[in-house]
Amino acid sequence: MSHEPLLDGMVGTKRDRTEPLLRAGNTNCGGCGMSVILQLLGRAAADHPLQLVIPACCGIVTAGPFPCSAYGAPVMAATFASAAAAATGLSWVAQLNDEKTRVCCFAGDGGTFDIGFATLSATAERNEDVLYICYDNEIYGNTGGQRSSATPLGASTTTTPTGKTVRKKDVLGIIAAHGVPYVATISLAHPEDAMRKLRYALNARGFRFLHVLAPCPTGWKSEPGDGIELVRLAVRSGLYPVYEVFDGDRAVVNVQSAQDDEALSRYFSLQGRFRRSQVDISSVRAEISRTWRRIAAWT
Amino acid sequence: MSVQLLTANHAAAMAAASAGRANRTARGFGSGVYPITPQTECIEYLSGLEIERGKVVLVESEHSAMAVCMGFSLGGARSFTASSSNGLAYMAENVYAASAYRLPIVMMAVNRTLGPPWNIWVDHGDTLMLRDMGWVQVYCEDNQEVHDMLLAAFRLGEDPRVLLPVMVCQDAFVLSHTLMSTDVAEQPAVDAFLPPLQLPHRLDTRARTVGGLDFPHEAEVHRRQLHETMGRLPLVWKEVQAAFVETFGRTLPDPVVGYRLEDADVAIVCMGTTAATARVVVDQLRAEGINAGSLRVVMMRPFPGEALREALAHVAKVAVVDRDLSPGIGGILWTELCGTTGHPMAQGYIVGIGGGDVRPEHLARVVADLRGRSTAGQPLIVEVA
Repeated sequence: MSHEPLLDGMVGTKRDRTEPLLRAGNTNCGGCGMSVILQLLGRAAADHPLQLVIPACCGIVTAGPFPCSAYGAPVMAATFASAAAAATGLSWVAQLNDEKTRVCCFAGDGGTFDIGFATLSATAERNEDVLYICYDNEIYGNTGGQRSSATPLGASTTTTPTGKTVRKKDVLGIIAAHGVPYVATISLAHPEDAMRKLRYALNARGFRFLHVLAPCPTGWKSEPGDGIELVRLAVRSGLYPVYEVFDGDRAVVNVQSAQDDEALSRYFSLQGRFRRSQVDISSVRAEISRTWRRIAAWT
Repeated sequence: MSVQLLTANHAAAMAAASAGRANRTARGFGSGVYPITPQTECIEYLSGLEIERGKVVLVESEHSAMAVCMGFSLGGARSFTASSSNGLAYMAENVYAASAYRLPIVMMAVNRTLGPPWNIWVDHGDTLMLRDMGWVQVYCEDNQEVHDMLLAAFRLGEDPRVLLPVMVCQDAFVLSHTLMSTDVAEQPAVDAFLPPLQLPHRLDTRARTVGGLDFPHEAEVHRRQLHETMGRLPLVWKEVQAAFVETFGRTLPDPVVGYRLEDADVAIVCMGTTAATARVVVDQLRAEGINAGSLRVVMMRPFPGEALREALAHVAKVAVVDRDLSPGIGGILWTELCGTTGHPMAQGYIVGIGGGDVRPEHLARVVADLRGRSTAGQPLIVEVA
């Protein structure tokens, strides 16, 4: 077993192994994208006192049963729709007491796109000093794989067995429209860009929102070892644009996408969840072009 | 002391703000607030008050208001909010969470009818819906009591032997929008009465999860701890009463307050402002030669079953007047009184739900009905409109 640092020394250092943000022995599935972003977050936040607020989602289940905690940081479990509001209170206590604590919501797509959406929007509108990270596995994974408004067109879930017939909600665009200081997408296949964004977002003040496409082998019906490759394909095909928006009006594309149809069909073919609906590449391509035109208008 | 002409809403806001300031030497004060009639004036007024090391966050829903308070409280700050009726229903999930996390948040709840159909007037059904949520609940009779109970609620809830949230309830419009002369506590006295909050389990830098998973055994232990804390609470309340009278020169009511009960043959048991009307009726009946008394239930949680049993042991017939209706059984106070006292003749009456104005003649009618009975029967809904 090698203990050499991985990803050019960015993760897997001695500190990552001895004081990880997500400790060994947690209950996440193999290949879980959420585990990877937690590893990156722990690395980026090494010099910050961090408090996590986690609503109902796989992220709180993996914390484990009382009195154990799989997290290497203090965690407040919030009710499903409350993460951003609970974080608001914690963040203000830190501000009132001149503490450097960074308060970070860590929520799935259900708690972000759906049930926690009003709370998220209100917290963004108030520009609270909160970092909100959504790990988006495009499914209610914790309850066994039901559709959420983050589920993409064509994906089969337990409640859309023949494939979802409507498109995914553009939550990043909506949060950016609040004019908050910083929103960005994070690709797990581009860790340098991911680390830069995590560090920037941890240091910035006001409301920051990071969206992470988080492969879920269980829900996506894909091989656990294919997770990073799937994200790479999503980026290369243009399906998952890697970009950031400052103050709601200045967008920067961080990873140029080849808009590659071959990558797109490979992305779909590696996952069982698109098999039933036989996603039509040309209609997905039209949808992708629409997204990129919208981003271009921002840059 | 400064005596001011205040609505209960303003009296509540002033009490909350002074309690907030009193924690300025510790971790401060925070509030998440959202408007709802008839509570809105309280949070409007609170938002305009100067609170050193304090913050009032104007959120988008009651559900978030309580979540913000939970964040403040778990961070170690003193915390307060106010709500009513459907707002409380919307907030309910986090109301439960606040006590499960043992957070001594104080909430002023204005009792209002749940809708739809929409009705803004008094009814106790909204806060009684939350009676199983692990909060201490007290029901006030006048504006002074709302102000004083709120200060006492912080002291009680934050006591290290308690660490529970406290709901201070008051009747919509009858108190919330009615001006009464109120002795407003001066800041130095509040500072002396409320020690800086030390939350032993506050979220600091230690790695742990507050509110994660509980397997059945741990869940049972946590619920048992809540229940046993409720059991200890009356003793702590006695200490809070003693400290309050020493600091402010005013008294706080016992969990149950009797009136002319000593030799009573019949008694009216009720909550909130109905108790004032009941005393008038008792005096009238006494003048007619009827040995009547009344008893106000101040504390609904923990439920003062033992105190009620003792106070009513010698009373032959008891009229339990509920300003709430649990469809399918009747009044909630009545069912709980019957369940805890085993009183042989406690008849339930539902009076003044949906904001009906409870006047002396209505309670006189209740007593006349009670006196004409030889046994208790199904609860009666008394029309007061």
